[in-house]
Amino acid sequence: MSADQKVLSVKNLKTYIYVNNRCNKALDGVSFDVYRGKTLCIVGESGCGKSITASSITQLLPKLSRIESGEIIYHSEKGDICIDQLERNGPEMRALRGAEISMIFQDPMTALNPVYRIGAQISEGLKYHSKNTLAQLKQISIELLQQMGIPLAAQRVEDYSHQFSGGMRQRAMIAMAMSCKPKILIADEPTTALDVTIQAQIFELIDELKQRHNTAVILITHDMGVVAELADHVAVMYMGNIVEQGTIDDVLRRPAHPYTEALLKSIPILGKGKQQQIIPIQGSTPDPYQRPKGCQFEPRCPYATEQCQIFPDSQPISGTHEALCWHSEKVLSHA
Amino acid sequence: MTRRPTRLDKKFDILRERTERGTLKAASSNRALNKLASNKLAVLGLAFVTIMILASVFAPLVTQYDPQKVDLRMMLKPPSADHILGTDKIGRDVFARIIYGGRISILVGLGSALGAALIGVSIGAYTAYKGGWLDSTFLRISEVVMSFPQIILVLMLVTILGQSLMNLIIIFTLTGWGSLYRLTRAQMLSLREEEYVQALRAFGLNTFTICFKHILPNALGPIMVNITLSTAMFILQEAGLSFLGLGVPLNIPTWGNILNVAQDLRILQNYWWVWLPSAMTISLFVLAINFVGDGLRDTTDPTMQG
Amino acid sequence: MPSQEKILHIKGIKTHFPVRKGLLRTVAAHVKAVDGVDLEIYRGETLGLVGESGCGKTTLGKSIIQLVEAVSGQILYYEGEQTFDLLNLSPEEFKHIRQKIQIVFQDPHSSLNPAFTVFGSLQDPLKLYGVKTKAERRKIIGDLLEAVNMRREQMDNYPHEFSGGQRQRIGIARALCVNPEIVICDEAVSALDVSIQAQVLQLLQEIKEARGLTYIFITHDLSVVEYISDRVAVMYLGKIVELAESEALYRTPRHPYTQALLSAIPIADLDRKSERIVLEGDVPNPVSPPSGCAFHPRCPKFKSLSEPEKQHCMGESPQLSDATQLTQPHLVSCHYPN
Repeated sequence: MSADQKVLSVKNLKTYIYVNNRCNKALDGVSFDVYRGKTLCIVGESGCGKSITASSITQLLPKLSRIESGEIIYHSEKGDICIDQLERNGPEMRALRGAEISMIFQDPMTALNPVYRIGAQISEGLKYHSKNTLAQLKQISIELLQQMGIPLAAQRVEDYSHQFSGGMRQRAMIAMAMSCKPKILIADEPTTALDVTIQAQIFELIDELKQRHNTAVILITHDMGVVAELADHVAVMYMGNIVEQGTIDDVLRRPAHPYTEALLKSIPILGKGKQQQIIPIQGSTPDPYQRPKGCQFEPRCPYATEQCQIFPDSQPISGTHEALCWHSEKVLSHA
Repeated sequence: MTRRPTRLDKKFDILRERTERGTLKAASSNRALNKLASNKLAVLGLAFVTIMILASVFAPLVTQYDPQKVDLRMMLKPPSADHILGTDKIGRDVFARIIYGGRISILVGLGSALGAALIGVSIGAYTAYKGGWLDSTFLRISEVVMSFPQIILVLMLVTILGQSLMNLIIIFTLTGWGSLYRLTRAQMLSLREEEYVQALRAFGLNTFTICFKHILPNALGPIMVNITLSTAMFILQEAGLSFLGLGVPLNIPTWGNILNVAQDLRILQNYWWVWLPSAMTISLFVLAINFVGDGLRDTTDPTMQG
Repeated sequence: MPSQEKILHIKGIKTHFPVRKGLLRTVAAHVKAVDGVDLEIYRGETLGLVGESGCGKTTLGKSIIQLVEAVSGQILYYEGEQTFDLLNLSPEEFKHIRQKIQIVFQDPHSSLNPAFTVFGSLQDPLKLYGVKTKAERRKIIGDLLEAVNMRREQMDNYPHEFSGGQRQRIGIARALCVNPEIVICDEAVSALDVSIQAQVLQLLQEIKEARGLTYIFITHDLSVVEYISDRVAVMYLGKIVELAESEALYRTPRHPYTQALLSAIPIADLDRKSERIVLEGDVPNPVSPPSGCAFHPRCPKFKSLSEPEKQHCMGESPQLSDATQLTQPHLVSCHYPN
């Protein structure tokens, strides 16, 4: 098994949302690869399309939306599967969800069903994707909870979700997601609703699971700190495009897109004290129904020129690093 | 294995094409109104209710007959060119009576609903905002009122207060404020936790201003819906009571009073035109109001997408 | 630069919420949201108040502005020669003090009334504080909007026409409209996107300098607090566990909880990856906090203590006291600080 084996390729994915009789180009040409045993962080502000990317992959999109074009290819052991071609709720898609690709959601308070026991919910996926007896399922649930670091797992497996604290519920969610040993784990802001000390516990857990099972992780977040701590690869999103992607060193040390550069300068960094300079990004995110013509960041960009009226091509910076900007050379030399 | 195109896909294609050509109409300013307009039942209901109200208000223009005028030569005549819905036992024009009766029936329904709203909303808003013993006291009172069989309460009050139009409205108001009170209370309980309310409290504004001027407008949507639905309910109650002869005095034409004659088995069996049109008017009008109410509720409920 | 002149002195504030149970709704227990806090706030400083959810930081803020009622303690407000006890005010004094302390809320979506324009929302407080004519009120509100980098005309727009960042600016303008001395910022930037967050933080700084305000900055985001605060108080289960100059606290945290908290923050800087101290377990229920030092069940240091020392931690609640005896006080509530 080579170290950088692709498990998922997304190519020029376009997903549009049609709410209130309008068309929002939520994803407008997104391409990235996910590698076995690596973490890809998708980072961006609210409304940039990062969650839509995740739900496109699992085909859990809202009803009034559609994958327009592009490819989502899952490289399974039995050959490639084009996820975008599958029926949204067809048997093939359901066989993938949970078993091969699973998901953790943002809010652990509402993601668990309050009327079922935790154990039953954890093993629900396994019940459909494997042939285990009830006693075996329960045993697996207990083991999973133990792996997640929940004390007295044998007893807690009988509890209901209201008896769990926020951090424990998110662990139970992860246990549920990991129950079928998926190849890809998608975590959509898994710690946004949790406290920092609990967040640290959850990250530790995700990292450990990734290493033990060689799972590929797609972590969606808005927090650059989380990216720096956990990511192997980073994709920065803005208004439906990945504006820059590369390894963590590429993106955080040598930002090549003006948005990434500005974003990194606008956040206060712990330990730098009161003297640090933070430079806000001017203006605000445009209305998705009245997008700028060319580059989406052009109205807020300090590097903008005439050329930016045309939508930029992806500019390769190095073998692993690319940016969606006409002026990436200038940004690189500026930093 | 490819995906089958669905019904939605066609709609999406149109929208996408329009967007790309830049010809998509800008979303209309009033989304709620659009939504109501796209609900066919609600529009139909609204049309019917409007026609009935206009016809009642301008009754003299719609019919030349006097609903009270007795014509003993024309007793129990079936529908004809002269009397399109025939005449009743003492020769009064049934169509005229229905049109004029609408005035009173709708007045009773709407008047009682507004009266109940006035009481229910003001008590509900204030006590829910204040909370504490005041809130729990009124909650208990409303429970008592609502748990008492309403028809018996109404019968009792009619006997005590006597039969008149005003008394009927007062009785309906006194017995019917409970549901609006509860609705308003529930709305206020969630709205009072909003941060803008706390900001107003931090300024030290007085309770009345915060409660009625700043919070209440945000609760008006569901309250309006409930008033509409209550109107329908009170019209039905009026009809029921009048049928029993306990509603509006029998000499005043109302939809219920017209039905009153159907107590006579001979009329019920042989002279359908005396009672059936009125009964249908009641049913259709109540149904129409309910459609309008449901339509309004869907527009004010943000969780209903589509 | 903050002066040494006290503007607010919080003495032993306790705010408890009753937990009612059973048919008769009898009080079964109390949630000790704030359980004995002492704090001095100096004119012109920014005091950061940090802690995890449920530690009582927001309740403390709301107790100061009296949106919730404290059960005991004193809050003294100093104005020139006069001293007011905020919990014992006559009605006239009350109105006067209300004006002096204002609050900016967290949620840009629920902090503005959707049924009113900006002008409609802001004019009632102005009326209450004696701005009689409509023209005057329009002028004041227009000036305020300009002060928060918005356009005058926007006062006639409804909240749904604004973005999250703009709403938060309006929230700030509202707090400023009665010329307060102290502004409590309750998670004022937490709900905003990163790029907008920086704009609002800068705006808050500018306004503070222009108007000589004092901020109490409540947040769970330690990076933001470090950037904006002069002093920082760390809360855990209704009590302040550490209080020091921002720089000293971040460089040499003395309470084990502060240390763990700081180490848990993911830092957006590849060159400074700190060793993470992962705390076990969850924040205990504030209805029945652990005996002695409330932090001892999760304390990483507790485990390495000797048996009599452990007894000490479990038996006696530590007091907030100066640990360093340096020029700048560095208060810690721990029997065995670092």
